[in-house]
Formats: sequence, structure tokens, C-alpha cells
Amino acid sequence: MTGTALLFLVLGLGLIGWIAGRARAAAFVRSAKGGPRGTVNSLPYYHGWFVAICAIAPALVFMFIWQSISPSLVTNMVLSAPAAADLPQEGFARAAILSEARAIAQGFQVTAFQGESERLVPLYKGALAYYKWIGVAATLSLLFAGGAFAFTRIKPDFRARSKVERVVMFGLLVASLIAILTTLGIFASLIFESWRFFSMVSPFEFLFGTEWNPKSVVTPGADNGYGAIPLFWGTIFIGAIIAMIVAIPLGLMSAIFLTQYASATVRKWMKPILEILAGVPTVVYGYFAALTVAPAVRDFAVMLGVSNAASDNALAAGIVMGVMIIPLVSSMSDDSIAAVPSAMRDGSLAMGATKSETIKQVLLPAALPGVVGGVLLAVSRAIGETMIVVMAAGYTANLTANPFETITTVTVQIVALLTGDQDFGSPHTLAAFALGLALFMTTFLLNYVALRVVKKYREAYE
Amino acid sequence: MSEAIMNATPTAWNGQIMQKRIARRYRAERRFKAMGFLAVALSIVFLGFLLSDMLGQGLRGFQRTEIAVDFDFPALTSGTTAAAISGPNADAALNSMDVPGIVELAVAQQYGDINEGLLTAGAAGNVRQMLIDNPSLVTSKQQLWLPVDSRLDVAFKRNGEPAAEQTVSALAQKDALRTGFNWTFLTGADATDPSAVGIWAAFKGSLMTMAITLMLAFPIGVLSALYLEEYAAKNKLTDMIEVSINNLAAVPSIIFGLLGLAVFLSLFGMPRSSALVGGLTLALMTMPVIVIAGRNAVKSVPPSIREAALGIGASPVQVVFHHVLPLALPGILTGTIIGMARALGETAPLLMIGMRAFIPAAPEGFTDATTALPVQIYLWSDEVNQGFVEKTSAAIIVLLIFLLGMNALAIYLRNRFETRW
Repeated sequence: MTGTALLFLVLGLGLIGWIAGRARAAAFVRSAKGGPRGTVNSLPYYHGWFVAICAIAPALVFMFIWQSISPSLVTNMVLSAPAAADLPQEGFARAAILSEARAIAQGFQVTAFQGESERLVPLYKGALAYYKWIGVAATLSLLFAGGAFAFTRIKPDFRARSKVERVVMFGLLVASLIAILTTLGIFASLIFESWRFFSMVSPFEFLFGTEWNPKSVVTPGADNGYGAIPLFWGTIFIGAIIAMIVAIPLGLMSAIFLTQYASATVRKWMKPILEILAGVPTVVYGYFAALTVAPAVRDFAVMLGVSNAASDNALAAGIVMGVMIIPLVSSMSDDSIAAVPSAMRDGSLAMGATKSETIKQVLLPAALPGVVGGVLLAVSRAIGETMIVVMAAGYTANLTANPFETITTVTVQIVALLTGDQDFGSPHTLAAFALGLALFMTTFLLNYVALRVVKKYREAYE
Repeated sequence: MSEAIMNATPTAWNGQIMQKRIARRYRAERRFKAMGFLAVALSIVFLGFLLSDMLGQGLRGFQRTEIAVDFDFPALTSGTTAAAISGPNADAALNSMDVPGIVELAVAQQYGDINEGLLTAGAAGNVRQMLIDNPSLVTSKQQLWLPVDSRLDVAFKRNGEPAAEQTVSALAQKDALRTGFNWTFLTGADATDPSAVGIWAAFKGSLMTMAITLMLAFPIGVLSALYLEEYAAKNKLTDMIEVSINNLAAVPSIIFGLLGLAVFLSLFGMPRSSALVGGLTLALMTMPVIVIAGRNAVKSVPPSIREAALGIGASPVQVVFHHVLPLALPGILTGTIIGMARALGETAPLLMIGMRAFIPAAPEGFTDATTALPVQIYLWSDEVNQGFVEKTSAAIIVLLIFLLGMNALAIYLRNRFETRW
């Protein structure tokens, strides 16, 4: 019996419990009719839920725990058998034999590459079956015990509703805690792997080194080519400079045009069209940048007389990324301009200022914090963007301010380092996590500051 | 107008200086407005350019070039009957017939003077399928249209290599080439030959990934939104949850990929590049979007609904699940669809969990190695073979159609069901 089948069996039995509980409570309700009113505390279906929850919840919890502890129980049983006594004591060879025998026993693998593992297969089969049936039996007995316990508790005055509602509230809380768990998971995994990385490569080299040419075998103390300054510069150059030069004027001006000048009909049509820009997947932008924009930019550069223009130049990636960011800048500016009290605008117009003068000298200064917050969010979005730069910006680390050259970014290198089937403990893999940590911290900081700025600014006008 | 009135005072409205200044200010006004219009127009032109570029390239990806091949089946198969290759033993009979050999022979007989690969790798499979669909073909002479090799395909549609161009013009003179609809593209899987690739495998992988994402992110997102908006006390824990959610919504997607790699693959040992791990990773990414949309939807349900329900004796849980949730559901669904659309187009986290391998078959289960539509686009875009350019664009068209459809559905739901209180 597979895990999935057992899961469906448990859920199916839970459903039967629900029906039984509900039927029993419904019988009380029927017999209570004609008698004194209000003798049955809860509606019948609450009793049904009570039985179902009591039956399923312990069984599921047990299944989850069993799933994680049974592999080591199986291994122990196999090792305690006499046939396993002459296995090599050395850890790595031993683990390889055990995992192969296990894979064959479970049917994932057909032939054995190591002689010893062949011998262990029947042992593994026996142990797996033994513990599987223990697991199934325990799960089902827990389920029936829980169900029976709940079923006997059903009485006319039993407060099934409050019990069920307590479980519901608990479920709501658990669901909310998943967000915290995810954040902690990101933090823990990034910090843990980065710590492993920094025990091989000095953090000093990583943060201040200017040469990025990562070696797969590192020697402690020596220069290993893990200097991330060119990557940081590339990320800032493409995401925070080129992209913003495109996105800020276009985004801000389109927000101004759509909120201040455009008629209601124009706004109604233009705004969703602008939003489409935000909905286009980044892989499509990346393909467009690499296939169409980059060659055009290179031809343009050659026309200008820049001879070393690369086909995977920074400018193409930056421009396309800027276009992708336009809707974000536009909607953030839109919100903050709309939040400026209309008294300020009306006052300026009443003094005889033209619309553009009002916008430039009253609305924009007043909305500036909100706009700045939006720009910070946009920067955070741009430096974390992956596919556009992976497809259009190239893999060569380059400390240059020439937008026609190829420049790599943090996200490109994360993808590059994790390409290929690498061992999880290799410096390449771990370096990707260190870069991820740097990226995470930066975007976290930018988002935090941006949200604070926007919030403070909103409060100022409320 | 006399000079005296014109220059009476510097602030006189009809004075010459003032008139000039006003004209200048109005010019600035018009300039500013034009700049605004230009900004919007530029963005829209860019979007139009992007879409038309993809469409122009991609529509060719749905077409294939076919070549007429005459099959003298009775001679080629030494008189196999229709009955022999139909029924339960059809597979074995076709295997022993050696369809690839027959196709090769037929092509050599007809186009012997052109010593290049004419047909695509999958052509024999096409013939085999035709014979299965219609066994009676085998009893007579037939002219079948078969897809040509990718090099010739590119040369026939636009400019290819000189050698291929020559072959194509020679064939075109014989009237042996035509353009047909590329069904393989919609039903096939990844292949090394661009004329044999299809997106069905990637699409199925995407669907399975999305199914996992939806099953996890939707309930968790809705329950968190209800908890935060309806029950959560103002305390440290609630603040932490809120900060986490707002932060997660802005974390770069590649970080979620790193999380998936470190936790799901390395720590839990789940199968690499499977729909299960992809779905889990994307669920973590989509969940905050659903929570934020859900909170806004729940917030917009007026308090009077809650008070009325409480007033007639509903418990707090009943108030929320019987009254608030059904009223907030359209808004929540809109947010969910938008979040799912974003997840569908997401590539970077899937690359992190190993979805970058060449997978030539559609996944059968949630733990099989698979690829997803955006990842497939990325993989094809990396190919040097010219034939992949139009396939990449065609896959992009399919992806965009789905995303636009989902967004349109979200807008429809919002307009149709959202109540303004």
C-alpha cells in the first residue's frame, strides 16, 4: 500500500466518520423534537466535523512523523542483521551500498552496481515491508480509536461547535504562521549555506575582491576568484542606473499624464494596456532583449564608433528591464499624487498657475516621498530580476561603466553557479547562496525603507 | 491698442510683456502635456513592438514545411494487408515492417538525386501513426505529405543556409513542398531537432506545477487573510506575520528558488525538477500575493454584515465562514488568478530546482522530472539551431495567450461579482 493510497483511505474513513457523527446527532435532534427545546447544543454537522477531526488529525500527524522516522528504523533493522556485519566500516562506501540496496528494494533501480548491495536487497525488502505494515496498522488504529472516542462523546448536550471552532481557529493560526516559517526558512538556509561558504572563502575576498572567476576547488587563504565587486557593480549598473533612467521618466510622466491630463475614456483604456507590461513574463522580455534589442543596440554602438560593443551588452538588458518596471513606477507615483490633498492643487490653480506649473511645483514636491518610495521598490525589483539579465546580459564579470560591454549581475551568477549537476557542498553551489544572501539583504533593506517612507508620507496627509 | 495701455503696469494682463510671458507659459504647458503623452505612447509602442515581433516570428512556428513522398506500399511492404497492421497485434506488425526503413527507401527512390537529410527525425513516426489511423493505406500507392528537416524548413520559410536554399528551390520547382499546420508543435515534447519539438510536455508540466501551487497557496492564503483581518490580536506575533508577508511579497523570485533547492531538494530529498517541488516553491511565492489580495477583499466587506450576523446569534467563526468569506470570495479569486498568472510565467525559481534538463517526454506523475512552459522557452532560446527561433516565439505566444486569458478572467470576475458597498 503506497502512502497516497493510505492517505486517501484515511480521508475516506474520515468522511464516513463525518456522516456517522452527523447521523447520530441528527437522531438526537429528531428525538428532542416535542421535548424541551434547546436540548441539543450544536447543529448535527458540527458533531460530524468533530468525529472526522478526531479521527483524521491524529492519524495524519502520526503518518507525517512515521514518514520521517521510518527510514532510519529500516536502516537499523538491516544493519542489525548478520548479513550486514561484514559491510565496510568506512562511512562513504557504506552509505553508497545502503542507498543502492534501498533503491533496488523500492523498485527505483533495477541492477546493482555494487556486489554487496545485491545481498542486502532482500533484507531491505523485508524491513521496508515490516515497518510499512506497522505504520499502516498504527495509523488505522489511531484513526479508529480517535473516531470511536469522538463518537461516544456525542450527546445532546455535547458542545461540538465550540470544540470544532477551536480547531478552526488553530488552523487559521497555523496557516498564518507559514509566512513566518517561510521567511525563517529563507533566512536560515541562506545564512547556513553562506556560513559554510565563508568557512572556505574569506568574507573579505567575497565583499571587496574585484576579480570574479570562481574556482571549483578552493585553497583557504589564497585568492580564489570569488571577488563579488564586479557582480555588485553590474547589478547596480543595469538594475539601478540604466533601468531607472528608462523607467523613472517614462513611469512618472505616464502617471502624470494619465491622472492629470487624460480624459476618463483614455485613462480607462491606457491604464490596463500599461498594466500588461507588468504581466508579460520576464522570460519573454529576456528573449526579446536578447533577440531583438541587443543586436539593434550593438549596431547602434558600432554606428557611433564603439568598436568593442558586445552582442550581450548591458544597455539592452537595462532598457528592457526599465520598460518592465514602468508600470510599477507609474502606479506608485499615481497613488502618491492622488494622495496629495486636493486643497493644495486647487489653491495653486486658483492663484493662476497653469496645470504643469501646479504639477511641477506643488504636486510633485508634495508627492516626492511617495514617488521615492516607489522608485526604491522598483530598484529592489530590478536588482532581483533574473531572466532578462540571464538571457541578455551575459556571463562575463566586467568592472566597467561602458553600457555597450557585457556585464554580469548577481542573479546571473547565481544561475550560472547552480548550472550543472554539482555536489551540494561544492564552493560553487555555496557561493550561489552567499550571493543570494547579499541579494536578499539588499532587497529586504530597500523594501523596508520604501514601505516606511510611503507609510510616513501617507500619515503626513491624513 | 495704444502704446500707453500696453505698458501701463508690468502686471497688466493685456500688456505686451505679460502676453509674451503667458504665451511662454502656455507653450511650456503644452510641452509638458506632450511629454506625458509621449511617455504613455512610448510604453505602448514598446509593448506593441514586443507583441508584434513575437507574433511575426512565432506564427511561423505553428507551420511546418511538408514534402510529398510517393509510397508504393504494396511493393515496399511486400504486400502487407490492412488486416495485418490493425487490431491488437498492430504494434508488433508495424515494428517488424520497419517503417523507418520503408520511409528511407521511398525517399531515396523519389529524391535520390538530392543526397541530404530531407525528412525530420519524427517523419517515420508520422507515417506509422498514419498507418495506425488508416490501415487500408498499406494496400495501395499513396502520396503522403511529411515534415521536412529543420534546415530545409527554415530555408523554405525565409533565408536559410545556401545549400538548403538550393535544395528547397529545386524541390519547389517540382511542386513537392507545401506549408501545413504543425500539429506536432501542440502535441509533442522537447526534441533535439527543432522541426520535431512540441510544447505539450512543457505545458502539462506547467499545469501540474500550477495544480500543486493552487492546492497549497489558495487555502493557506485565504486562511491567513481571514485570520489577520478578522481575528488576529494586536500583538508582536501578528506584527511579525504582517512583516513576513509584506517582505515575502517583495523578495526576488530567485531567492525562493534557492529556498526550494536548500530545503525541498537538499534537506527533504524530494525528486529534482519535479512538478511537486516546483509547485511547492511557487506556492510559497504566490501565497503572500493571495494573502494581500484576500485581506483587501475581506476588509471591503462592510462591518454591518458582521454585526447583523453576530446580532442574530452567529458565533465569530460562523460570521466569517458563512457571511464574510462568501462576500469576499470574488475579490480573493481575482487576486488568486493574478497570483497564479505570475507563477505561471515564473522561470528563475524553477531553474534553481533543476528544471533545466532536456526532457523528451511529458511527465506522468507529480514526482517525475518535468519542464515547464517558461523554462522550455528559456531552454529553446539558448539553442544555436536557427529552427528554434520561431519555436521559441511560438511557445511565447502560447504562454501569453494563457496569461492574457487568466488576466481577462480576473477582470471579468471583478466586474461581474465585485460588490461596491
